[in-house]
Parts: sequence; structure tokens; C-alpha cells
Amino acid sequence: MPSKIAQIRLVGSHFEVYEPCDDSFALVDALLADLTNLLEHKPKLCMEVGCGSGYVITSLALMLGQVACGTYYIATDINPYAVKVTSETLEAHGVHAELITTDIASGLEKRLTGLVDVMVVNPPYVPTPEEEVGCDGIASAWAGGENGRSVIDKILPMADKLLSDRGWLYMVTLTANNPSEICLQMREKGYASRIVVQRSTEEESLHVIKFWRDSDRLLEASETGTVNKIVPTRVIESLLSHFPGISLRRSGNSKSS
Amino acid sequence: MRLLTHNMLSSNIKGVTNGFPLLIEAEKVVEKPVDFNPDFLRNIFPKIDWKALVAAARAVGYGELPDTADAAMLESDDFLRHLHHALLQLHLEEGALVCPETGRRFPVNKGIPNMLLHEDEV
Repeated sequence: MPSKIAQIRLVGSHFEVYEPCDDSFALVDALLADLTNLLEHKPKLCMEVGCGSGYVITSLALMLGQVACGTYYIATDINPYAVKVTSETLEAHGVHAELITTDIASGLEKRLTGLVDVMVVNPPYVPTPEEEVGCDGIASAWAGGENGRSVIDKILPMADKLLSDRGWLYMVTLTANNPSEICLQMREKGYASRIVVQRSTEEESLHVIKFWRDSDRLLEASETGTVNKIVPTRVIESLLSHFPGISLRRSGNSKSS
Repeated sequence: MRLLTHNMLSSNIKGVTNGFPLLIEAEKVVEKPVDFNPDFLRNIFPKIDWKALVAAARAVGYGELPDTADAAMLESDDFLRHLHHALLQLHLEEGALVCPETGRRFPVNKGIPNMLLHEDEV
């Protein structure tokens, strides 16, 4: 019986490409944890932004099946070496995704608007000096600028644009990224959210958060004529209760190891 | 790169208003078999820019698509087979995508288009 996720021994590698690590495993574990829902969801178009070694998009393709099952895959990375390694990883597992070397989804925003049913992102979330963001090579896999949010804050509006009405987004965050604030910001755009996987190591605390368009929220927003500018206290409480120990403590990181 | 992906790509250069469709310069085209799934084709059909697809198919040497198409044609097995082949089985392996407005070439190597911009294009 074929393995449902990518096998590490078949994942390609290159010194300029981020290898599958705790964050990649957490994201794939989140997809596995939500697999029943994903299979029921029957996404027609799945997309990964920042595919790195290809471990995640390959795992997703193995879990959900290919065109024969009605699903099309697109993956992007700003690092040309990463896209090449992803293509090797996909091929080694006998699955296909369309690959594009580009910054987030540049070139796709016009024609792919509202078509993506599932988006997965393991962003460069490590807090770094701003000038390291978008550097060539492997640094692009982790350098996240202030609070690790520089690239995340560019990805989220793009995700909002590309996701279909029934679109889901799975994203890895670090405690230092202030995930509860991200959830509140996404809520203002009409998305509900929940933590699918939470993982703490000595070095970092990771959350994989799932976002989906919440029709009730949008309805409420259109009725009041405002998109939730004032967040009810209960919402904040419920969100914060999702993130135990989310104090001002800054985690270190292992993404560069 | 499949022609379905080409149908979703536009020139992303700053200031370009008419960046779709990208013209195809084909150096090498390969065919890879894909399981036939009529439902997938029916679902994706409304999202396709037909004119762009026909031009792309011709640019890679495939002339079996009609100049115009409408949803009624999705009843025809012949039409679906041709659509399947054009959208999913033909891959632009080596060549370039050319911005229709500026003529800027985006290279395609080993089936992967490179849409990265130079600093003065962002």
C-alpha cells in the first residue's frame, strides 16, 4: 500500500534549499489530522506558496490524489533551487504539481483569483533584521523580518485574493509572529480560524492554523455595515484561549539550523 | 508547464496593464499521459480563457482545438479528449513566455517558468 505522505529518503536536497524540519512535519501532520475534512472538501485546485524541498506539496498530492481524483496542484517558491528540488521530490513519488519560480504568487493574482480551494503555507517566520528578507537562496526560507511577519503579511492578502468562496488556508506560525493577532486580522476579512496542530520544542512553539471563510461573519459584517472593527471581547477571549502561554515571551528558532 | 497553468499566468511587470496571455516560444514540448477525467474538464472549462488556450496550443504545435467553444461542446467525447490533451498532457518543457506588452521574456527551463522580476520591474 502506498505511503500517504512523502518519504524523507525520496525528498530531494540542495545546499541552498531548506530541508524538511519540525515546521514542515507539523504542517503535514495538520493536513493528516484534517484529512477526512479535506477528502470531503474535494478541492479542485490546491496551491503551496513557498514549496521548499517539496515535502508538503508532495504529501498533499499523495493524500488527495491527482487529476484522476479531480485535483490540480500549483506550487511556487522564490528560490529557483527550491523549485527544482520540489520537482525532483514530486517525480520520485510519482506525483505531479505545476511549479512556478515566483515571489509568493506574482503572475497568478489576475487569473487565479477566487480559484484556490486549499492553500498551504510554511512561511519564512523567523524574526530577522528586515534587510535579510527576500535574500537569495536558503535565507528566503526563514528570514521573516520584524516579528517574522514581513512575508506573512504579504502572503495573507494574496491568500484572501486567491482563495475560492470555499477556500481553506493552512499556515505555520511561530509564537513570536503573534498568531492571535493574525487570527484577528483574518477575522476582519471574514475568516474563521482554528489551531489544527500545536507543537512546542525547546527552541520554538509552532502552531498550524487553518483559516476558512466564515459566511456567518460576512453576513454579520454586511448587516452592521462594518467588517468587525470592534471585536467582541468574547471573540478575543476565545482566540486567546487557543494560544496558552502566548505571553510576550519571544521564542528562539531552529529554522536556520 | 501545462497549458492550463499558462492560462492562469500573466506578466507581472510593474505598470503592465495588458499582460495576458503570455506568448509562447516553444523549444521543446513533451507529452505526459494523464488519466482522463471529464468532470475535471467540465469544472475547469468556465475558468478558461479559450482564445488564449487555442493560441497556446497552436504555439506548441497542437491544432485540434476549435476557434470558439461553448459549454454545449462538453457533451462531445471528441471535444473533451482534445481539451484533455491540450490542457493537461502537453507540457512546455523548454522555451519562454513573452510579455505581450513589453516583449520581456520569462524563461521556461525543465518545465518551470521563472517569473522573478528584476529590481526595476517590481
